[in-house]
Amino acid sequence: MKHKSFLAALAIGLATSTSAFAQTEIQWWHAMTGANNDVVNRLAEEFNNSQKDYKVVVSYKGQYADTMNAGIAAFRAGNAPHILQVFEVGTATMMAAKGAIKPVYQLMAEAGEKFDPKAYLPTITGYYSTAKGEMLSFPFNSSSMVMWINKDELKKAGVNEIPKTWPDVFEAAKKLKAAGHNTCGFSSAWITWAMIEQFSAWHNVPLATKANGLDGFDTELKFNSPLHVKHLQNLIDLQKDKTFDYSGRDSRSEGRFTSGECAIFLTSSGFYGNVKANAKFDYTSVPMPYYPDVKDAPQNSIIGGASLWVMGGKTPEEYKGVAKFLAFLSDTDRQAKLHQESGYLPITKAAYEKTKASGFYEKNPVLQTPLIELTNKEPTENSRGLRLGNMVQMRDIWAEEIEAALAGQKSAKDALDAAVTRGNQILRQFERTVSR
Amino acid sequence: MEKRAFFSSKILPYALLLPQLAITVIFFYLPASQAVWQSFLLEDAFGLSSEFVGFENYRLLFQQPEYYRAMVTTLVFSSSVAILSLSCALLLATQADKQLRGGEGYKTLLIWPYAVAPAIAGVLWIFMFHPTLGTLSRPIKAMGIDWSPMLNAKHAMILLVLSATWKQISYNFLFFLAGLQAIPKSVIEAAAIDGSGPVRRFWTIVFPLLSPTTFFLIVVNIVYVFFDTFGIIDAVTGGGPAGQTTTLVYKVYADGRLGGDLGGSAAQSVILMIIVIALTAVQFRYVERKVQY
Repeated sequence: MKHKSFLAALAIGLATSTSAFAQTEIQWWHAMTGANNDVVNRLAEEFNNSQKDYKVVVSYKGQYADTMNAGIAAFRAGNAPHILQVFEVGTATMMAAKGAIKPVYQLMAEAGEKFDPKAYLPTITGYYSTAKGEMLSFPFNSSSMVMWINKDELKKAGVNEIPKTWPDVFEAAKKLKAAGHNTCGFSSAWITWAMIEQFSAWHNVPLATKANGLDGFDTELKFNSPLHVKHLQNLIDLQKDKTFDYSGRDSRSEGRFTSGECAIFLTSSGFYGNVKANAKFDYTSVPMPYYPDVKDAPQNSIIGGASLWVMGGKTPEEYKGVAKFLAFLSDTDRQAKLHQESGYLPITKAAYEKTKASGFYEKNPVLQTPLIELTNKEPTENSRGLRLGNMVQMRDIWAEEIEAALAGQKSAKDALDAAVTRGNQILRQFERTVSR
Repeated sequence: MEKRAFFSSKILPYALLLPQLAITVIFFYLPASQAVWQSFLLEDAFGLSSEFVGFENYRLLFQQPEYYRAMVTTLVFSSSVAILSLSCALLLATQADKQLRGGEGYKTLLIWPYAVAPAIAGVLWIFMFHPTLGTLSRPIKAMGIDWSPMLNAKHAMILLVLSATWKQISYNFLFFLAGLQAIPKSVIEAAAIDGSGPVRRFWTIVFPLLSPTTFFLIVVNIVYVFFDTFGIIDAVTGGGPAGQTTTLVYKVYADGRLGGDLGGSAAQSVILMIIVIALTAVQFRYVERKVQY
């Protein structure tokens, strides 16, 4: 195929004696929807218009997990895309897949693109780098979990102060329910991300041993502690009359916030684009709630969102284009704009400084919330990040157990114990596939 | 005089058979044997490293309580869908077989859902019955039912059975209608003249004469619910809540494609294959005896 198009281009070139270039196509698979999908398309378009040698072709492949699996399946079939957007929970799986991926630091060096890992925000790049600080994937849309607030509805319900702690949230939710929000006092998307992963980091309690997997794959899950059990028990109690109402394992129910049904909603800060486009009320986002009786809480949050992995087995020419594109994305002005429009974090320090200097955060405190959370305190072993193998599958298992608890079939303790036991089995299996 | 087709060439019959054999080998035996092989391996998602582990995947599988639960779920789900879709289709077919004005229009409308892809059918039902997005979930809630398929396993199962049935009714309807039209009208008229009512005519004449069609449809429907419903399950419930709508085939899909556990998933598909082969054998051995051709 490639050969043919090259020959054709050559033939045309000879015949017309004008220079006709065969454009090298760069496939980019992503999982962005709504306002963020527009951002992706626009970025590709801008890049394509900025030069003639390469053409970035974007394809939407479904939700994060679908996109990752599509990429893996395509790799097995021998036609992986050049760039694959993988959410943060896929990081360990991708890292372990040596040979299937092309580390970004290596790619940039080989292509001779200007690349300084220190230019990127360390809280973000730390997640995607080896212990030696080699950046394996390119951070693209990083986010953190924040609490979205519908100020109008809170006021109507007589909640005068925006809740800060979990007990505050429960109380506010009860008032909201009494004021007519009878299907949802508060809720959250990404149940395991909110109530297990971020919850653990934010309260500085371990989710797993070995610094949540960052220090090795022989890690054991630990999230059945009394604090975790207490929190889940609170949710179970509140689910009974929908003061808390479950919204599923992914982001499909985020619309409950923008429609006004749920006035308090925990989800990604990357939800900003959609809130800005659709919410017809006064909104804001604040840091996640915490239990005030837990020592040192709140700690710092961990990042979510996704990074771009460069897949292995492509030609040097194609890699050159990919490197050019990544350099294009790192441009300070572009990053600053991307951050300000999508709600995802700035990935370079320069873009952050620029946004700050422009006085943007005073006018848009919503976009500063995840940054405040991430830099709230110096990260500890429990809050640096997560690196657990087969995390996609594990999240489903954890969610299954939480669902059983919320439906009243299991106690909080039983559900979390089962989630830990079943998760550990998966970790052992992953350990075996990577240790060879 | 003897009438017999004669092939003088020895190669021709084989050549004529070849396309069918090739298709069977390429699309059935090859993948099936690959699944069997895969089920003995422990492999990472990318297929970069693999290790022969013998029957370990099977052993792990039978230690999972979730696997037994999926078996029960499959039983409930498949029998509900098969019974519901067959009886609805039979009812619709007998009604459409009557002399009706605009009958062709009804028939076309009834056949339409079959052209809808399973995942799209699932999404369609989600838009109607999603607890917050659904257009029909509001009236249900207004009737005082706490409709919550996201946490209530019964609700989720009902939703799933309805969408899978709706999808399959058209197919069954087509075959039943064709079967009904093949029954000679004279037999039924004779019975009517003898004074038997429509219900009696149906059960003593029509239904037995439909038995080959019914038998064929039972086999096809069971294969449908066993193998072809994971798209609907994925779109409607994702196997939840708490894995209670995870059927055997959805578990194969979820563990293998979503979870990256290829060995375990392959072991499950091998077991599933054995179950369906056994079921089909039983059907042909015992049920088919009751069929009158």
